[in-house]
Amino acid sequence: MNEPTPSKSAAAIDKARADGRAALVGYLPAGYPTVKESIEAGIALARNGADLIEIGIPYSDPVMDGPVIQAATTEAISNGFRVADVFDVVAGITAATDAAVLVMTYWNPVMRMGVDEFSRRLAEAGGAGLITPDLVPDEAAEWFEASDRYGLDRVFLVAPSSTPERLDMTVKASRGFVYAVSIMGVTGTRTSVSSAAEEVVARAHAAGAERVCVGLGVSNPDHVREIAAYADGVIVGTALVAALRDGGVEAVGQLTKNLSAGLGRAAAEA
Amino acid sequence: MVDAPTAGSEENAADAFLQGGPSLRNASGPYFGSYGGRWMPESLIAALDEVQDTFEKAKADPDFIAELKDLNKNYSGRPSLLTEAKRFSAHAGGARIFLKREDLNHTGSHKINNVLGQALLAKRMGKTRVIAETGAGQHGVASATAAALLGLECVVYMGAEDCRRQALNVARMQLLGATVVPVTNGSQTLKDAINDALRDWVSNVEDTHYLLGTAAGAHPFPAMVRYFHEVIGEEARSQILEQTGKLPDAICACIGGGSNAIGLFHAFLDDASVKIYGFEAGGEGVETGRHAAAISLGRPGVLHGARSYLMQDEDGQTIESHSISAGLDYPSVGPEHSYLADIGRVTYEAVTDTEAMDAFSLLCRTEGIIPAIESSHALAGAIKIGHRLTEGKDDPSEVTVIVNLSGRGDKDVETAAAWFNMLDEEGHVKGTTLSTRKPKGPSERASGASADENEDQN
Repeated sequence: MNEPTPSKSAAAIDKARADGRAALVGYLPAGYPTVKESIEAGIALARNGADLIEIGIPYSDPVMDGPVIQAATTEAISNGFRVADVFDVVAGITAATDAAVLVMTYWNPVMRMGVDEFSRRLAEAGGAGLITPDLVPDEAAEWFEASDRYGLDRVFLVAPSSTPERLDMTVKASRGFVYAVSIMGVTGTRTSVSSAAEEVVARAHAAGAERVCVGLGVSNPDHVREIAAYADGVIVGTALVAALRDGGVEAVGQLTKNLSAGLGRAAAEA
Repeated sequence: MVDAPTAGSEENAADAFLQGGPSLRNASGPYFGSYGGRWMPESLIAALDEVQDTFEKAKADPDFIAELKDLNKNYSGRPSLLTEAKRFSAHAGGARIFLKREDLNHTGSHKINNVLGQALLAKRMGKTRVIAETGAGQHGVASATAAALLGLECVVYMGAEDCRRQALNVARMQLLGATVVPVTNGSQTLKDAINDALRDWVSNVEDTHYLLGTAAGAHPFPAMVRYFHEVIGEEARSQILEQTGKLPDAICACIGGGSNAIGLFHAFLDDASVKIYGFEAGGEGVETGRHAAAISLGRPGVLHGARSYLMQDEDGQTIESHSISAGLDYPSVGPEHSYLADIGRVTYEAVTDTEAMDAFSLLCRTEGIIPAIESSHALAGAIKIGHRLTEGKDDPSEVTVIVNLSGRGDKDVETAAAWFNMLDEEGHVKGTTLSTRKPKGPSERASGASADENEDQN
C-alpha cells in the first residue's frame, strides 16, 4: 500500500492491533433519520467500541445495498438530506470522538460535486477517506490525484471473485485498509459468514495488504469473533441500521457494545 | 417546431469530423470518448470480463455466427422488410419515408436480435439462468422467449407500477415459463428494475448471466448489444440502395437506452451524406421537467456502470424520468450516443408525448400499421425532418428518410385508447358494450352503466 501521508484509518486499526484485537468498523447512513440524529448515532458508535466509522451517503440507486439500508437511505433523502450534509456529520462525530471517520459513497454524487471539491471539503471536516463500492481503481484516476492532494484514505473493495491480478492491483491502489467483501451479494444480515471471507483476506494479505477488514453479512458477536480471528477489522452495517431504526441511538450504543465483545483475538482462540 | 435553428451548425461539425476523422464504426469500448467504462462493484468485474472474453471469441467463431444467422432467419424472421410509407410521406413535407420493419420480428420488436445473441453467449459460458430488466415488457418477453428456446431459467425484474400497467405482458412472460419479480424500490420503474437485476447478478453470478436489454451499462454491454443489433442498419442500407439506388438523406430512431437506434445508425456512421437523428422522449414537454430527454437536458454522470448523459439533480441523485412510453422512460442513455452527440455526428432532439401520439395515430390511419409508442417518437421526428429537408426543394420526393419502426403497438393499445379518449369511465372501450350486446341504435350508446352488468354475463 501507498502511504505518503499518515493514514487515519491505518492508525485506528493499528491502535486496536496494539490492544490485541481486531478493529470494529460501524456503518450508518448520514441523515438517517435526520442529520442531527445521525451525528448522535455516530458518536454512540464510537463511545461504545467502534474504532472506525463509515458514514454512508444516501443515494438514489444503491445497487450494493439490501432492503434495510435502502429503506433507511430512501427515508433520509425524503427527509431532505443533501450531499453536503455529510461533511457536517463527519465534522460532528470527529469533533466529539477519536474514531477515524470515513465516508462510504457511490461515485456519482462525488463526480457531481467535483472530485477535488468533495475531497477538499471531506478533509476539512476531518474525514479519514472514502470507501467506494462502485468505483474500481481502473476508473479512479481523478480520485488518486485528489486523495493524494488532501491526504485521504482510498478504500477499494476486493471480492471472492477478484482474480489474482485484480486483487494485487487493488491492494496496491488502496490506502488505509482493503475492504474484503465476505460473500457475493449485497448488504444485509445473514445467519452465517461465508467461508469465502477467510480466503479473500488471506489472499489480500498475501498480496501485501497490511490491513484487511471484512464486511457484508456481519451482524452479531459470533460473526465478529469468527472474523476477528483472521482479519484486521470487522465491518458491521445493516444490523446497526436496523438497531437505529427500531431502538434509536441507545440501541446503536448497546449493539456496538455487544459486538465489540467479540473483537479480542484471545476470545476467538478460546 | 419544424425548424431547429442549431441543426445547421451541428451538421457542419459532423461533416468536418467525417472528412478528416477515422471511421466511427466498430467502436469496441470500454470508452466512447470520455463516456462508457466500468463503474461497477469489484464483485462483478470478473463476470464482465467473462462476458467480454466469451463475446470476443464468439465473434471470431464461424459456428457462432452461423448459429445466430440461422436463428435470425428461421426463428425471428429476418431480414425485416423496408416498407415505403407512401401515404404517411405526404405528411412529412413529401419526403419519401421508408420504415425499417423491426415490428415484424418474432415477439414484435428489435429486442429479439440482442436476446438471441446474449442467450447463446450464456450457453457458451455454461450459465443455466438468465435475468433481465424490463420497462414495458418487450425486453422481458424477448428474454423469456430466448430462454424458453434455449432451455434456460429466466427471471425478469419489472417495476411494480409497470407490472400493473402491462399486466398482459406479465402474463406473456409467465406463459413462456419466466418468473416475473415486481420491483417495489425507488420509483418502481425501469431504472429500479435494473438496480434489482444488478443485486441479483452480484448474488448469483456463478450460474447467472445478466441479459441487459439496451446498449448501456458497463463494458462490454454497450458495444456488445450494438453488435447484435447492427443487422438492422446493414439490412436497411442494402435495402434502400436496392429500392432507391442511393443512400438516404436522413435516418431516424427513438432513443431510450438507444439499442434500436445504435443498431440502425452503425451502418451509416461513415456515410457523410447521411444525416442521423435520435429522438428522445420529451414527455409532457422538456420545459415541464417531466421528460426522459437525457442527452438534450442531462449532464454527464455515472449510472448502472457507464458514464453518460444523465438526468440528475445538483447532488448527483438520479431524477425520475417521465414518458408515455415505458420503453423510453429511462434517465440515462447508452454511452456511444453521448459520444456521437458530443462530436456532432448524430443530432438528438426531444419529441413530446403529444407529438408521438399524433404520429402514432397518423401511421395507423395512413399505412394500416399500429406502431409501438416508442417508435412513434421516431415517426414524429421523421415528420419534422421531412419538412426540414424538403424546404425549398422543387421535388420533395427526392428526399428519402429511413425510420426505424422498432416495435409494434399491440402492447400499447390500452394506453392509446385512454390517450385518444376511447374509454368510458369504467375503462371499457366506448361503444363496445352496447354495439356488441344490444345493437339497438345510436341513441342508447350514451347510457352504458346498466347495460354493462348484463354484458359481463354474456
